[in-house]
Amino acid sequence: MDLSFLAETWLALLQGLPLTIELAAGSVACGGLLAASLAGMRLSGSPFLGWPARAYVFVFRGTPLLVQMFLIYYGLGQFRPTLQAWGVWWFFREPSYCALLALSLNTAAYASEIIRGAILSVPHGQVEAALACGMGRWTRARRIVGPIALRQALPAYSNEIVSMVKATSLASIITLVEVTWIAQKLISQTFRSVEIFVAAGSIYLLLNIVVTRAVLLLEYWLSPHLRGAPAEPARLEAAHA
Amino acid sequence: MTHYVELMGFGPTGWGPAMLRAAGLTLTVAVLGFLLGSVIGSAVAAAKLGRSRLLHGLGDGYTTVLRGVPDLLVIYLFYFGGSAALTAIGRMFGADGFVGVPALATGAMALGVVSGAYQAEVYRGAYLALARGELEAARAVGMSRALMFRRIIAPQTLRYAVPGLGNVWQLVLKESALISVTGLIELLRQSQIGSGSTREPFPFFLTAGALYLAITTVSTYGFDRLEAWTMRGVRRA
Repeated sequence: MDLSFLAETWLALLQGLPLTIELAAGSVACGGLLAASLAGMRLSGSPFLGWPARAYVFVFRGTPLLVQMFLIYYGLGQFRPTLQAWGVWWFFREPSYCALLALSLNTAAYASEIIRGAILSVPHGQVEAALACGMGRWTRARRIVGPIALRQALPAYSNEIVSMVKATSLASIITLVEVTWIAQKLISQTFRSVEIFVAAGSIYLLLNIVVTRAVLLLEYWLSPHLRGAPAEPARLEAAHA
Repeated sequence: MTHYVELMGFGPTGWGPAMLRAAGLTLTVAVLGFLLGSVIGSAVAAAKLGRSRLLHGLGDGYTTVLRGVPDLLVIYLFYFGGSAALTAIGRMFGADGFVGVPALATGAMALGVVSGAYQAEVYRGAYLALARGELEAARAVGMSRALMFRRIIAPQTLRYAVPGLGNVWQLVLKESALISVTGLIELLRQSQIGSGSTREPFPFFLTAGALYLAITTVSTYGFDRLEAWTMRGVRRA
């Protein structure tokens, strides 16, 4: 393996990293908001809200992300005059917006199930206690259900974020110049697929390690009550010194 | 609507037969990839469960890398790398010129290598869920390792693995759409061809989505039935 070629490739691929990160962060943020609304619809108890959310999850989890992306980017392009008349063509014309939309819609389906499970796992006694204190719906959500569910959801959510980081590579197929697009171009120019795979793979792997570590840190920070009390007086002295 | 029926129907100008044939190829490549993945996955699970430090490390590295790297990159590695390797081997035997790997083989290999990493974790988890007492009992009655594997370990590991394997199968089925970049005329590639020649991408990708949805729905049902069947001897709380 040629180390100088590897280093050169690595630097070339890094130029695609900002777009990869933007797509991943954007879709996790937008998808998360949509997922929370979908979970709310499922848990509302109303069939008029619950069934559409159920159908949404069924369709988006049952079809490949690439098909969803093609349907939005190429498929909707067929209705250009209508979209222009509605004034939304500027959005569907851009492959980056279409990729972001497809990624967000897709992750929302998976994440809504994670959030729903987390909310359902909040111990019933906690909710009853909040009701007994006379907390309203929003206070309950903000002070009791929200924080407990968030901590419960974190491990599964970190898997979902990792899979979104990986899924951003599909945007290369609709011509977005992110890491995988550059890698694919380099491979077809040089045919040195192994070195380029190692270089590109290491970028994604590093990104995913950072994501999982960050979520673990957040989990640690959110569960002080599960840790033993720090009992060493030495540390206290150090803090006062 | 009538236009859609005509376009996707089975008449002289309909794309129905082509789409169904392509769906068949999608199923073929997914099944081959899944089977190859189960061979790789059980070998890797055995490596990770064994006593050898070296094998354990290799297994760990395999599952970490393959689950942390986009599958599209793995497909490109096999697509371009496979042909480069074959061309080099061909040159050694005096053939010059480019030797390409058949797209079906590339696709099945890439899917197998990726799903192997996921299946390894499923099998490992299932093995760890076996009751230790049963293994001790098998040893106590003097079963040989092979007999213990056949009678005690394999049947029960498979039982615990079914739900996880169902998830991996869904993953493989959906990942198989990525094989379209290699030019294999599976469902998504066929839809691209159809939309290219009719300039009507929407009905084609919609139909592709519906066919994928049909396949995933039927296989969810199948795995649910399989799970119920393998669990028939287990008492429920």
